[in-house]
Amino acid sequence: MQFIRDYLRNPAAAIGLLLLAAVLALAATAGLLFPDDPLGLAGRPLQWPFANAAFWLGTDHSGRDIAAQIFHGARVSLVIGFVATLIAILIGIVVGALSGYYGGVVDDVLMRITEAFQILPNFLLLLVLVAVFGSELNTIIVAIGVVSWPPAARLTRAEFLSLRNREFVQAGRTLGLGDLRLIFGEILPNALPPVVVYASVIMAVAILLESALAFLNLSDPNVPSWGNLIGGGRSVLRDQWYVSAIPGVAILLTVLAVSLVGQGLNDALNPRLRNR
Amino acid sequence: MSTVLSIQDLSVALPPGADRSHALRHLNLDLRANEILCVVGESGSGKSMSAGAILGLLPERVRAESGRIEFDGRNLLELAPAELRAIRGARIGMIFQEPMTALNPLRTIGDQIGEMFRAHTRLSRREIEQRVLALLADVHIPDPPAAARAYPHQLSGGQRQRAMIAMALALEPGVLIADEPTTALDVTTQAQILKLIRELQERRGTAVLFITHDFGVVAEIADRVAVMQHGVLVEHGAAAQILHAPRHPYTRALIAAVPPLTPPPERAVSAAAALRVEGVSKTYRSGGLFTGRRVVHAVRETTLELPQGGTLGIVGESGSGKSTLARCIVRLLEPDGGAIRLGDIDLAGLRGRALREHSRHIQMVFQDPYGSLNPRKRVGDLVAQGPIVHGVPRREALRRARELFELVGLDPEATGRFPHEFSGGQRQRIGLARALALQPRVLVADEPVSALDVSVQAQVLALLADLRTRLGLSLLFITHDLRVAAQICDRIAVMKNGQVVEHGPAAQVFADPQHPYTRDLLAAVPGRHWNPPGEALAERSVVRDAA
Repeated sequence: MQFIRDYLRNPAAAIGLLLLAAVLALAATAGLLFPDDPLGLAGRPLQWPFANAAFWLGTDHSGRDIAAQIFHGARVSLVIGFVATLIAILIGIVVGALSGYYGGVVDDVLMRITEAFQILPNFLLLLVLVAVFGSELNTIIVAIGVVSWPPAARLTRAEFLSLRNREFVQAGRTLGLGDLRLIFGEILPNALPPVVVYASVIMAVAILLESALAFLNLSDPNVPSWGNLIGGGRSVLRDQWYVSAIPGVAILLTVLAVSLVGQGLNDALNPRLRNR
Repeated sequence: MSTVLSIQDLSVALPPGADRSHALRHLNLDLRANEILCVVGESGSGKSMSAGAILGLLPERVRAESGRIEFDGRNLLELAPAELRAIRGARIGMIFQEPMTALNPLRTIGDQIGEMFRAHTRLSRREIEQRVLALLADVHIPDPPAAARAYPHQLSGGQRQRAMIAMALALEPGVLIADEPTTALDVTTQAQILKLIRELQERRGTAVLFITHDFGVVAEIADRVAVMQHGVLVEHGAAAQILHAPRHPYTRALIAAVPPLTPPPERAVSAAAALRVEGVSKTYRSGGLFTGRRVVHAVRETTLELPQGGTLGIVGESGSGKSTLARCIVRLLEPDGGAIRLGDIDLAGLRGRALREHSRHIQMVFQDPYGSLNPRKRVGDLVAQGPIVHGVPRREALRRARELFELVGLDPEATGRFPHEFSGGQRQRIGLARALALQPRVLVADEPVSALDVSVQAQVLALLADLRTRLGLSLLFITHDLRVAAQICDRIAVMKNGQVVEHGPAAQVFADPQHPYTRDLLAAVPGRHWNPPGEALAERSVVRDAA
C-alpha cells in the first residue's frame, strides 16, 4: 500500500500508468470492436480520418482500416515488448548473476562474451539475425531479446558484486546453503529492483526496434504491427501523411508510457528519493 | 567561569512520520570557558542533534522550533547563512566521528588545513604554510612536512583524526564541538587522541562540547556531564557527581550497564577441547602484473584451543587478524594451512557437500545487526532456513523457529515479520536464533555487541552467557572491547599482527598481563581507574547472576 502511494505521488508516473492502461485497453478490446481481419480489404484506399463514419481513422494505401490496425497492432507491440524483454532480462540475470557471484575466470569469460554483443550496434545485429533466420514474428521477438540483454547483465553483475560479501550472504553460507540457493534465494531478490526498472527501458527499445525493422519492410508482413503500417505509409508520406503519423503517435505514447512507469518505479523503489 | 555558549529551552522538531515528534525537547545547557562538557546518551537520544543545531547543520526537514542558542551575545538560530559561516570553523570548531569521510580524499592534508586560513583570514601563502606546519606539530603528528603533503588515505586513522583536530583548532576557536571523535578508532589510538584533546583544551582554554556514548570516555575526559534520553536532558552536573553518585534512574541504569574491567570469579571449565585450531595461516595477496604486489599475512600459524562449554575471547585491534581467523574457522575463508579440528574431524580438509554437512556444528553470529539479516525474508524463514537446507521438513523447521524465538527472548508471534520491523538488539537476537537453529556445538561470535547501545549490550551478553550454560555451547568470542571480554570470557587470547601474543585464563590476563602489548591495551581502556559506584555495581551483578 505504502509503495502504491509513493508511486502515485509522482504525477508523471501516474500519467505513464494511465497511458499504459489505455494501450492495454486497446489490445483487450481489439477483438470485440474489430472482429474482422485487420489486414483484410475494408474499403476505398486512402480515405482521410473522419471523412467516412465507417473508418474514423481512415484507410491506408491498400484500403485497410487504420483504426483496426491500431487496435490489433497494440497487441503485437505489447507482445513484442513483454516477451522480448522477458528473454533479455532472463539471459541478462543469469549471465550477470553467475559472473558477479563467481568472479574470476567465469566472470572474465562471460564478460568478454557480453562485450562481443555490445561492440556491435544492436540494430545491426538484429538485421543480421533477421536476415539469417527469417522474419517471422516469433523469430523477431527472440532476435530482439537476444540483442538486448548485455546492459541487463552488466547491471545484475554490478549488484551482485556489491551484495555477495554482505553479512547476510555469509550467514547463509555458514548455514550450509549451496551456491544456487545463495544466488537465487538470497542475493537475487535484493539485486532485482534496479534490473526491473531497467526492464522498462528494454521494453521501450524493443517496441522501437520492431518498428524500425518494419519500416525497412523486414518485419513479419502477416501481422498488423504499427511498424508495418508506418512502413506501408512511406510511399504516400507527402500527401496522405496520416497513414504513417497515426501509428507513429501510438508508438510514441506507448514508449513514453513504459518509460514513465519505469522512472516512477525507480523513484518509488529508491527510498532516498522518497522525500524530495 | 564564564558561559561561552548557552542553549536555552531549545526544541527541535522532526519531520512528520518520524518515530517521535521532537528530537530535542526544552533543552537547557551551558558550556563554560575552559571546560570539557560531555553529552552522553544512547542512539536516538538527540545528542548529535544538539551539536547540529548549534552549527546550523541539522538534517534536511529537521528544524529548530523554539528556544535560543546564545553565543557571543547573538542567537545562532536567527543568524543568516553568511553570518553563520563566519562563525563556523573560525569561532566554533568541529570534529567528526569518521575522519576518512570528513576529509576530502582528493586534496592533501596541508591544503585542507590551509583552507581554514584562506576562507577566514587574509594571510599570505607562506604564512599559511608555516601555520599549517605549526598546527600539525601541535597535534603531535610525526614529520609534519610529510603529513602536510600526504593525502588522507596515506595516513593512519589516528593521524587523520589528529589532522582533523588541527583543522578544527586552526583559527583558535573558543568552542570546539567533538561528535564521537574517537568511536571509530582503536583503543590505544583513542587513548592518545583523548590525551591530545585534553592537552590542547587546557593550553588554549577552549570550551569543548564532547559528544559520546561511552561512559569510559566520559570518566577519562569530562569536567561536567550532561545525560540525555529521548531528546530530554535528564541529569547534568560535575563529572565526579554523575560518575560516582548518579541521581536519575536512567543515568544509574546506563552506568550499571557499563561492564567493569575486572572479570568475575573463574568458572570451572572442562579440560576437554571442543575446537582446536592448529597452525592456521591466511595470507592475502593483492596487486597484479604491472603494480607492486602487496602481501598481507593476516593470520600466521595460529594455534588455539576452545574448552568444552567455555568461552574463548579473541581480543585485538583492527588489523590484528581476529576476524580473519574467525572467518577461517567457519570456513567463509579458505585457510592457507593448518587444521581446524572439531572432535576428530579436520574441517580445513573438507570441501563441498562434506564441508556443508559438518560445518553446521560451528555457527556464526555476525557484527552488524542491520546487514546480517536478508531484508527481503520474513524472520521466521531466516531462522528456519538452515534446518530446511539440512533436510528438516518446512513445517517442523518453522515450529522450531518459534521455539527458538522464545529461547532468545522474542515474541514467537513475530516470526512473520520482516527484519526492518525490529530494533538492533532484537535483530541480534534473531541472528542468534538463526545460528542456534542448527544446534551447533560451537558458536563463533564476531563482535556481536559492538554495534549495540550499552544497555542492550548488557542484555545480549547476559543472553549469550545464559544460552552457553543451558545448551552446553562452546563460545568463540571476537571483540575489540576489553570490558566486554572481561565479562563473558573464561580464557583470553590477545592477537597482534596475525599472531597470538598472549593466551590464558581471563582473570590472569587482566590481573597480571605478561606481554607488553596486552599491558598497552589494558592501559588504554578509557576510564580504567573509574569504578562504577556500589549501587550501580549491585545492579550490574544482577545481570551477571543471570549469566
